[in-house]
Amino acid sequence: MPALSRDEVEQLALLARLRLDDDEVERMREDLGAILAHMDALAAVDTAGVEPMTHAVPMDLRPRADEVEPSLPQAVALRGAPDVADGAFQVPHIIDKAGR
Amino acid sequence: MSDAVAPVLRRWEPVIGLEVHVQLATRSKAFSGSGVEFGAPPNSLTDPTVLGLPGALPVYNAAALALALRLGLAAGCTIRRRSRFARKHYFYPDLPKGYQISQYDEPLCEGGAIELVCGGERRRVPLTRIHLEEDAGKNVHGAGATSLVDLNRAGVPLVEVVSEPAITSAEEAAEYMRALHLLVRTLGISEADMEKGQMRCDANVSLRPRGATTLGTRAELKNINSFRFVQKAIEHEIARQARILDGGGAVVQETRLWDGAAGTSQSLRGKEEALDYRYFPDPDLPPLVVDDATLDAARAALPELPMTRLDRFVATYGVSLDDARTLVGDPALADFLDAAVAASGAAGARAGKAIANWLLGDLLGMLNRDGREVAASPVGPAALAALVALVDGDVISGKIAKDVLARAYATGDAPDAIVEREGLRQITDTSAIEAIARELIAANPKQAEQYRAGKTNLLGFFVGQLMKASGGKANPKLASDLLTRLLSE
Repeated sequence: MPALSRDEVEQLALLARLRLDDDEVERMREDLGAILAHMDALAAVDTAGVEPMTHAVPMDLRPRADEVEPSLPQAVALRGAPDVADGAFQVPHIIDKAGR
Repeated sequence: MSDAVAPVLRRWEPVIGLEVHVQLATRSKAFSGSGVEFGAPPNSLTDPTVLGLPGALPVYNAAALALALRLGLAAGCTIRRRSRFARKHYFYPDLPKGYQISQYDEPLCEGGAIELVCGGERRRVPLTRIHLEEDAGKNVHGAGATSLVDLNRAGVPLVEVVSEPAITSAEEAAEYMRALHLLVRTLGISEADMEKGQMRCDANVSLRPRGATTLGTRAELKNINSFRFVQKAIEHEIARQARILDGGGAVVQETRLWDGAAGTSQSLRGKEEALDYRYFPDPDLPPLVVDDATLDAARAALPELPMTRLDRFVATYGVSLDDARTLVGDPALADFLDAAVAASGAAGARAGKAIANWLLGDLLGMLNRDGREVAASPVGPAALAALVALVDGDVISGKIAKDVLARAYATGDAPDAIVEREGLRQITDTSAIEAIARELIAANPKQAEQYRAGKTNLLGFFVGQLMKASGGKANPKLASDLLTRLLSE
């Protein structure tokens, strides 16, 4: 079984914004290891010349016309927000990294 | 170039690549129907797709595709007939879905170049790619320790234009931005107002010893939101990296945030969390196929490109490269020139250079002085063409033409009418000029004597006197020839 290191699990948890305690990290190490072992079985299949399947339905994108539809009212857009101020979602302070 | 950078450049060669986001001028969002508008009340332009609500599905905007194709074709890119949307994952409050829809390994456009003028020559900065994506929302600082998130901008269609690391100076980077700005505006695909964030620039900057062929470690500068800052931010980064390298240190690969007000950058220290966007094809969006009709329509919508126009001005009108750049940089000026040449009748393109000189010289000077738009010039293209024709036909001298232009500008009258009314027609009647010349020689016997004794540069004195006596109306060439002959008698 390909063992995952604790560091790898912790890195994945950080990327997924999951807070895991020590027991959970250990359990994930085992579970993910088992999943990766299964992936190894799949990787062993010869797929040379097979187009990767990225979509379940064999169709092309059908663009929509550039037409404006009514927006949600501000109050509705903000309804699910835990905190609101001045018509905006209010969140803990962040520096604007401006990057995408 | 700032003084801090010049000595550094003798040792180090900057290598710069730019990533420019351009907002496409559509009415609705990239993947849903809420409207695109600047300055609307916060969170008033959203819908379930923009908010990333469960069950909402994205459908791409046909107009955004058409606009992006126009840019790809104009930049000479290879258009991928079957491209794919991918999810780029990161967590940030302005990104409701937890991922941005972008393109990764199968972008719409690859290759191509942005053409520009820098350092008095035509250059071509190759592109890596142009891909489609959506914008994120906007964060503003709230009261105390909070930020406020406005999702009006979330989902606005963008293209990201990625250059090769082929730009070699801060000046060239700024010219690249100007050229791209002019291109997208000429194509009508974006307002590209940098103050409104419709065009934004990130710069990757590294240094290598002059003559080296491998690349140094780069830093990425973000938040460069004006043309002026493109140059300033990159010069600052070049100086910063040179200080580190000259001191024997190593540049850290990192993202730095440019602070335009302070004129410095700061590290975003994001490195303990190495960026891993976990791209994968977006299962909600099937492959984007560009059919022949769509591609042909985009091609048919291409106007004359700015650099094509620039080359035409140089080749056909004989305008200098720098003047052509100035003209093309302001479409109102370039349109004025083309209209004036069109009004020049038989002279046609031959009049182009003279018209351009008058346009960029006296006329633009007066317009700038009065804060007037070129399109609102009291002297229109036909009037300027007429003025040039008067000079070209030896009806008036260049000097008189300056006065005629000023009067035409002040009154809106046609140059021909002014010349006739004010009696400014050049004197080409030899006998009339000869009479004045004889009088002048008689009135200045000492100078005439010195001239005959070999002080021939006194001819200028006599020509000047003659032009003055004729109210500037004598044909200067004729005056000079006549005086030469009479003084030798």
